[in-house]
Order: sequence, then structure tokens, then C-alpha cells
Amino acid sequence: MTLDPMHAMIRFGLGRRGSEALPTDAKAWLRAQAQEPDPAQAAPISSMLAALEAHRLDREMKVMEGQPSRVSLLWKADAPIAMRILAETEVPFRERLVWLWANHFTVSLRKGELRPLALPYVQEAIRPHVTGRFVDMLRAVIRHPAMLWYLDNHESMGPESAAGLRNHRGLNENLARECLELHTIGVTAGYTQNDVTEFAKVLTGWSVDMGAASPGFAFMPERHQPGPKTVMGMSFPEGEAGGEAALTWLGNHPATFRRVAERLLRHFAADQPAQDDVRRIADVLRQTHGDLKAATLAMLDLPAAWQPLTKLRAPADYVVASVRALDLPEAERPDMLGLMGHFGQPLLNAPLPNGWPDTAADWADGEMLLRRADWAVGVAGKHPTLDPMALAEASMGDLLGTATRQAIQRAGSRREAVALALASPEFQRR
Amino acid sequence: MAPHGPPLTTRRATLLGLAAVATLRGASLALAAAPTDRRFVVVILRGALDGLAAVVPYGDPHLVGWRGGLVPKRPGQTDGLLDLGGFYGLHPALPALHAMYAAGDLLPVHAVSNGTGTRSHFVAQDRLELGSLHEGITSGWLNRVAGRFGPPKSGETALAVGPSLPLLLRGPAPVGTWMPAGGGHVDAGFYAELAALHAPDPTTGPAIAMALQERGFSAAALAGMAPLPNQGAFPSLCAAAGKLLAAPDGPRLGALEVGGWDTHAHQMQRLPPVLKTLDDGMANLKDGMGEAWKQTVVLVVTEFGRTVRGNGTQGTDHGTASVAFVLGGAVAGGRVAGTWPGLAQPNLFENRDLQPTADLRGVAKGLLAQHFAFDAATLAAVFPDSAGAPPMKGLLRA
Repeated sequence: MTLDPMHAMIRFGLGRRGSEALPTDAKAWLRAQAQEPDPAQAAPISSMLAALEAHRLDREMKVMEGQPSRVSLLWKADAPIAMRILAETEVPFRERLVWLWANHFTVSLRKGELRPLALPYVQEAIRPHVTGRFVDMLRAVIRHPAMLWYLDNHESMGPESAAGLRNHRGLNENLARECLELHTIGVTAGYTQNDVTEFAKVLTGWSVDMGAASPGFAFMPERHQPGPKTVMGMSFPEGEAGGEAALTWLGNHPATFRRVAERLLRHFAADQPAQDDVRRIADVLRQTHGDLKAATLAMLDLPAAWQPLTKLRAPADYVVASVRALDLPEAERPDMLGLMGHFGQPLLNAPLPNGWPDTAADWADGEMLLRRADWAVGVAGKHPTLDPMALAEASMGDLLGTATRQAIQRAGSRREAVALALASPEFQRR
Repeated sequence: MAPHGPPLTTRRATLLGLAAVATLRGASLALAAAPTDRRFVVVILRGALDGLAAVVPYGDPHLVGWRGGLVPKRPGQTDGLLDLGGFYGLHPALPALHAMYAAGDLLPVHAVSNGTGTRSHFVAQDRLELGSLHEGITSGWLNRVAGRFGPPKSGETALAVGPSLPLLLRGPAPVGTWMPAGGGHVDAGFYAELAALHAPDPTTGPAIAMALQERGFSAAALAGMAPLPNQGAFPSLCAAAGKLLAAPDGPRLGALEVGGWDTHAHQMQRLPPVLKTLDDGMANLKDGMGEAWKQTVVLVVTEFGRTVRGNGTQGTDHGTASVAFVLGGAVAGGRVAGTWPGLAQPNLFENRDLQPTADLRGVAKGLLAQHFAFDAATLAAVFPDSAGAPPMKGLLRA
């Protein structure tokens, strides 16, 4: 079977950029992206340390009236870099993996203090691990100040810890619960409320030290609940090592691997992935101790990966694919961040810790699809020299259907023709 | 800006039989029509409302022992609770609800749960909206209520406003979408071409067709419903919902949702603004409905309650039973319904949560039985497998 390069660029990539070269061997092109180093790891996104120091400076030295805060300046500097990577990357498959796992381990700007931290979080806790071991990503995520703040663990104290007794404070089980339910084994794994409470005790003391010379993650023994804890029958020792051991266990749990496999397949293959396929990828994860690279490569060998496109481009994907298809110089590019919000998926802004949904039904909202069309009319008007048929052919190739081709050809204006290409049913699919 | 092209549908009558949804920054509204003059609105508080903080059982001798730092001052003091008859008090951020209570239009139902036994937001919300624990149920229970009134007349479709339709209203009854800010300058011919291209697509085709219809509707029917100054999205949506539901040919079923209730930390600071949003919203809904309020029942529900004890960060964690509110001119209010389980330690659920003494499905069934005269078979169709949750009686005025 010959694998269509356009199919690979749309399903596993971010859409073709202008008329960039089509890979001669679609699968080899994807495999190479999963195997080679990530060029965007070197992108000049701020560090977590810089974000926390900016927070501290904002707090210590009041922001002058009318002046932007230091933390808002960081976000303003970092967000365009993230958008540029999406618009220009030559390893789009890897970028898709980054945002898939960032969504699995959602942090959201709806908690305002996360604004300067969220992109450093993606860069430091997610990106280095998307083709590494799942457990390493999990450990990086749970130690990251963005996640500790987002799910309140920085304040949690063992009721019998020194600080807990002194301050009459105690547990906050938010991170423990979502780590079990969303990040790892899932709600069907059979844990009880007692397991959640015990795991919350395991994670007491995992906090953020804003007073340190280098602010960041700190294990604070005076907040840690003394004694060993038992979660789902497993005993974990007192101290930071207990948390490490629990995460190692959860990150390699068969139920976790099954959910990771399902998440991967739901994102790339089908809204309802076949259970045999899920089993196969979960098996790969079990055999490789959770190697996401092995799982990702195994997915490319499934026939389901090369079935016709049935998934709908989520709003952020649609924005990126459109910008790549238009292939405008950076100064003329539309405001990608603003458009993601306008179409219903503002970047790093999921309403709840379970992240953005990932099936066609979730994004097939008529009004939101009309917003895409309205924007397409507008952007086509701003760039009157675009060649509609060239754009449609370059961005969709043989996936372009006869009806859309004819509609573009007989459109009343070049503007309308470009807009129809970007608003067509084919362009909504991935 | 160029004028609008002719709307694809202009007649407000096309609204009959339908459903509509509006979502703005975490709040949303959905409406469905039914051939009745009676109005029924469900409000979902996403994130788990602490029922013990909204309707405070200040007369329970154990309350302060469990959560002293989370209890507002007693009635009669500055910023104290708004008394509900000597045992319960409404949170001071709910003055409009208190006025409704005084007028006999508000009936809190305490210690209710949706009977799922889960403390997962996502599982519990799904079950709250599906109205069933049964795996095979995929439609929301309010959609099934709409379905009991028969199919919409020909040419009538559903209307939804906003980017997402709550599960509560998803199902076989057709639903489209509408947003307050329309796309003004695009030519109707382009939309017609677009609709034709998408028509064969089973996913995007119906969605786009419906959204175009609703834009036609929206300009006519929602003119003058811009957000009021200094109000958040939810109160504005409530005002819009009230006006839509009040119209003689408007929809009869509504679903609203508002988030912000997941108060794991610093609850005394974080809960009052959210309660105020709810209070403003319910006041706006009542004002918007005018005379139709007399024929209205509103049911306010949340997925579960929160722990009886405060947690270690001046907040509360996921619990079990909470409070529900029934309000409207048709409600037999001015009292607190439900059976109080007590907060003595042996009475707590799993030594941690408020013990549920009633099932939310029983509350909903009691309302539907009295308000829409649904018989037992109809109630069983709306809430399958709910025999253990009999309709709660006497919630509405006879």
C-alpha cells in the first residue's frame, strides 16, 4: 500500500506549509520526526525560574501604575515564539505530540498566576519527554510549579506534620485525585476515597519555594505527613522518596498504559479507536516500560492510522493549518492566539483539569464552524493576490473533492474562492 | 460595514419547538421549546457547590466543630446568614434568593445527591446530565423531556446559542447554535454555497445548516439583549433566557450552566463572588420572565457536595450530598425541603461527607410530575432505572 504524504501531513502533522516539499516516503518522514532530536527544545521560551523570579519581583517591587507586570511581559514574549514554532516547524508530528501530552497533563491560564509559567511548563515538563518514557513525563509534570499551583498541592500539608500542627492546616487532595483519575490509572481502576486521601498524604510537602535563592520545586519536610502510606494496597515510605515511588508505580501501571494508548489513538487515528489497536499499543508500552517513542512508532504501523480522515480539526489545529496553508510572512500572519480563542479553544485555557475534548462531536459546533468561514472571508479579502486553486491543491491534494473543486472554480470572486477552500469540509478534517 | 444579507430564516416562529444555547466565559444557556405555557429551567453548577456553605444548617450543634472557619456569622449579625426559619440560613451573598424565599418562591432541598457514589467531577457531571447510571443512555434527560412533547412541527428546528451544548440537552431532539456576536459582513450567497458544500458531511453539514438558521433568528429575537453593564456573562445569559422564555412563542425548556464552585482552597474568599453571580442570575431570570414567572419552575443542581470538614487549605474537597434549589412562581417555597441527616460523626457519609437523604432524580421527577403532569411511565422513560428514587411530592403549589 502506498501511503499518501498529504494524509501524513494532515493527520499526523499540522497541514502543509505553502508548497513545502512533499515527503517521498510518508512513514519514513514521520518515523524520523519521532526519532530525531527536537529542534524546538532550543527555542528561547522563558524558563520556569525566570517566571517565578518575575512573580517574586512583581510582589516585592510594586508594578508602577500603567506599566505592565513582569509576568505579563514574559507571556507576551513567549507566546509568539510558540506560535512561530507551530507555523514554521519542519517536524510538525513532534509538535502535535507536544500539544497532545500538554493537553493530557492540562494546566490552564484560567488560574491567572499560571500565565508566565504555562509555556515554560510545556517546554520543560512535556517537550523533552514526548518520545521518552511516560513515567519521566509524569514525574516532571508533578514536580513542576505550574502543576503544583494549578492543582493546589503547594499548600497541602500533612495534618500531623510539623507545619500542619503548628498552623492547623491539612490536606488538599486536588492534585492527588486528578493525578489518579486524569493523569494515570483512570477512574475505572478501582481506587477508593481512602486511596485518594492516602496519595494526597504521600504528596504532602511537594511544594513551590518562592523564598529560595532559586525559586522552584521544593520538598518541604515540615509539611510532609509522617509515616508510611498505603495506596491501593501498595506501601510507600515517608518522605520525598514515597512520592517518587508512587509516581513510578502509577506511571508504569497497566491501567495507565491502556489510557495512554487510547489517548494516542484517539488523537491521531479515530474518535473511537478499536480495542484491538488500543491493546496492541498498550502491550508495546508494557514491553518497553512505557516508551512513548516505541508506542508512537507502533501506531504508524496500524492500518487504522492510514484510514480516510474522519477526525475534525480542533480549533487550534485549524488555525495552525490555515496559517501554514496561507504561508504568509510572519509580519502579515493573522493573530493565531486570538483566533484560537475566537474559534473556541484559547491556548492553554481549558476550563477543567481534564483538558480539551478530542472527538469530532466535541468540535462540530455550527456557530464555531461559521466563525471559521467568516474569518476565512476576511483573511482572503486582506490577501487579494492569493491563488485559490493553487492553495486548495497545495493544502489538500487528492483529498480535495470534486464538489469543493467546482465551487472554488465557479466562485464569484477570488476572495470567495479562497474562503471556500479554507472553509470547505475537506479542510476541516484531519 | 456593509448591511447584512437577507437572513436565511427571519420568522421568529421558526423558534417554536426548539433548543438554544449560549456560552460565554464558562457560563452557558440552552433552550428548547415545548407545546405548553409552563416553563422549566435547569441550572447546573459545575465544580460541586458546597451545600453546607450555601444553605448553612447553623442550628446543627456539630457544624462549627467540623468547619468553624468556613461558617458565616449567625443571622442578625453584620454580614450574617439570611435566616430560613431558625435552623438553616442562606449565605449572605444570596439576598435575591432570600427575597424569593420570603415570597414563597424558593424551596431549597437539602442533603440531595445524584446517587452515583463517585467523587469524580467528570463522571458525576455526566451522570447528573444523563440522568442515569446505565451505560446505554447517551442523551441528556432534559432532551428526553423535550422528546416527550412529540417531534417538532415541520420546518421547526432546535436552536442553541454558544460554542457547546451541555450533555443535559444533547440527544435526538435537534439542536443548533447561536452566538451573541454575529458575523455581520459576510454575503448570504457565500453561506448558501458553504451550506451546500457541507450538506453531505454527516458531522459538519447539519451543524452548519442549523447555525445559519439561528443567525437569522438571532438578529431579530435577541436585539436589545446585549450584556448589561457591570455584569458577568452568567447574569446576562439569565436575563436573555428570561426574555426568550417569556415570549408567547418562545422556548419552554432551558438549561443554564455556571462554573467556579470547586473551592479546594480559601473558600471564604472564593465562594461569595460565585454565589453572587448565581444570585444575580436568578434575579435577572425572574425579572426577564415577568408575568411568565408564575408558570415557571427552575431547578438548580450540582454534581456533588463537599467535605463536611474544612481541608488543610481553608477549602473543602469533593464530597457527596449537597443542596438543590427549586425556584419560581409555581413553587411551594418558603421552607427547606429534604430530610436533615445531622452532622454528628456517626451520621456522616464515610466519616467525611454530608449523608444523602434524597436522590436528585426524585426531585426532578417530582417537579415533572406536577408541572407537566408526566405519568409514571413517562417519568420512567425520562429517568430509566430510577425506581429507587420516587418522585418527591409537594414541591409545587397545588
